[in-house]
Amino acid sequence: MAARQVLGLFRTADNAALATDRLKEAGFSAGDYQVLTGTPYPEGAFGEDPPKHRLFAFPFFGAAVGLAIAILITAGTQISYPLVTGGKPILAIPAMAVIAYEGTMLGAIIMTIIGIIFESRLPRPIMGLYDTRITEGFIGIALTCSEDRLQAADLVMRQAGADDVKNDDI
Amino acid sequence: MQDQLIIGANTQEVDAKINRDLLGHIIAPSPQWFWPLIGFLALVVAMAAGAAGFMINQGIGVTGLHRPVMWGFFITNFVFWVGISHAGVMLSAILRLAQAEWRRPATRAAEIVTVFSLMTAVLMPILHTGRPWRVLYWAFPYDFARGIWPNVRSPLVWDPSAINTYLTSSILFVYIALIPDFAVLRDRSTGIRHMIYSVLALGWRGYPRQWRLQMIAGILLSALILPVFVSVHSIVSWDFAVAQSVEGWHSTIFAPYFVIGAVHSGVSAVVTVLIILRYMFNWGDYITRDTLDSLARLLVVVATAWFYFFATEVLFGLFTLETPEIGLRTMQIFQWPFAMLFLIFITTAYFIPVPMWLFRNVRRSFKWMLITTILVNIGMWLERFLIVVPGLARKSPLTFNWSTYHPSVIEILIVVGTFAFVSMMILLFSKVAPLIPIYDVKEGQILRDTIKIGKVEVPAVRREE
Repeated sequence: MAARQVLGLFRTADNAALATDRLKEAGFSAGDYQVLTGTPYPEGAFGEDPPKHRLFAFPFFGAAVGLAIAILITAGTQISYPLVTGGKPILAIPAMAVIAYEGTMLGAIIMTIIGIIFESRLPRPIMGLYDTRITEGFIGIALTCSEDRLQAADLVMRQAGADDVKNDDI
Repeated sequence: MQDQLIIGANTQEVDAKINRDLLGHIIAPSPQWFWPLIGFLALVVAMAAGAAGFMINQGIGVTGLHRPVMWGFFITNFVFWVGISHAGVMLSAILRLAQAEWRRPATRAAEIVTVFSLMTAVLMPILHTGRPWRVLYWAFPYDFARGIWPNVRSPLVWDPSAINTYLTSSILFVYIALIPDFAVLRDRSTGIRHMIYSVLALGWRGYPRQWRLQMIAGILLSALILPVFVSVHSIVSWDFAVAQSVEGWHSTIFAPYFVIGAVHSGVSAVVTVLIILRYMFNWGDYITRDTLDSLARLLVVVATAWFYFFATEVLFGLFTLETPEIGLRTMQIFQWPFAMLFLIFITTAYFIPVPMWLFRNVRRSFKWMLITTILVNIGMWLERFLIVVPGLARKSPLTFNWSTYHPSVIEILIVVGTFAFVSMMILLFSKVAPLIPIYDVKEGQILRDTIKIGKVEVPAVRREE
């Protein structure tokens, strides 16, 4: 049976939260729907669980890679052409530390950005059912269900105070 | 606290007004002054580019640089723009970490000032080398064929590594925070613009996981960028402090002194930019007197901390009774024309603005804040000039010919061009992305409230623990 998507649009956060409760009562699970907003709402405003993610691992990995590359570059280039300048050692720790620090931070930041995009489930080439009113203050609840439950989902959302409910094949 | 945008309005009305106000200039035709102003700035930039081209063709003999003063306007301007760039991400990062409510309208503009001023700063040493095409292998280890490697023991190699890290981080930081705003633009644009904004928004839908990660990203990236920001101007200060030939620069407090000076000039620049943007785009509902008041209070603290470092550097340098230090300070403070520049610097960077900022009426006045913050940056540009030029111009042993420094027209044109370039780039950016973060302002509206205490109603903000 083809999966269908239903999108309900709500004017207030209270109505959207009520709709999520009613959907659960009607037998839909939290994994079946997503609440879409144009603004960050406080965590749990729509009864959602805190997201599980591994974002904090990304900067550590990036930092380790950045540090390794920085040490390789600084040590490798100076050993390749060991010219003494200013009476300093060929492998001067203070000088290497500066570049190693910058390399570490650059690696950490780049990997953090990659982590944020990855953990946010982006990029998303296919938008799915969506409505531009979401970025104008409406709260959307996008639900995926089987064909035979489409009417039930539509009814639950309207009863919870949805301003508009639309559906589409996905 | 920002005033409520529409009293008693529902979320849709508030969001529609915010979208209209902050995206109007992007989606609808620009104000009449916009393109003529861009044209004028482009003309100044073109003149500077012409001057730079002439200099590259003729050699740096066309500048006023002469032994022993081999650093002049370009290096002064480099330190100045690196300093300006510090405000942006620093301001944004610290205020995000502190969850300061008044940060909301200021962060994006601050971050954009960082990006464009840093790009401008990078140009200065590249031009200063006189042979820009050689810069790449002085800074990056890529010339495997000839075995030419950068000298990593030189601070002139530390600079590119720090600036590269800071610039890359700042651009990525700005982009991540822009994704939800690109989604708003995607939803309100058509045709090719819609396609471009769709790609930039990466398919953002705005579900709780994405918002949660966006919030964590703001804090995590702030925490990561703050140490980078401190390192960048520290490294710029080491360009001076570890230079063997100029004893007057051998100072162990140069790094924190430069960093705090950068914050002083940078935050002032952000205030200047915010006031000008407010006037240009009618953003009176967003950049309010409260925003200005908070920034001015921050500036009082930063400026005083900077003055403490400045006074320590000068007084305890003199207390050593070392000849180079006394010679340098004598030249800076008592010899023409540096004495006049020193007087302008110290009055405009501290003694005029800071006492004025102690008055509430000044802190809440757009006119006075604009004037005082511009004064600060005149002073801080001169501060950098007074570090660079007198330090080199002082007679030192084994220097057998010396003269002072007079900037040439070429250098003046290039320096003026950098100011036009940064202004032009900020204005052009305002045409493609909002300079005030839309989702941040909307979130502020959701979380704001008023509570009644006794007989008064006071503004309040709800916040998650």
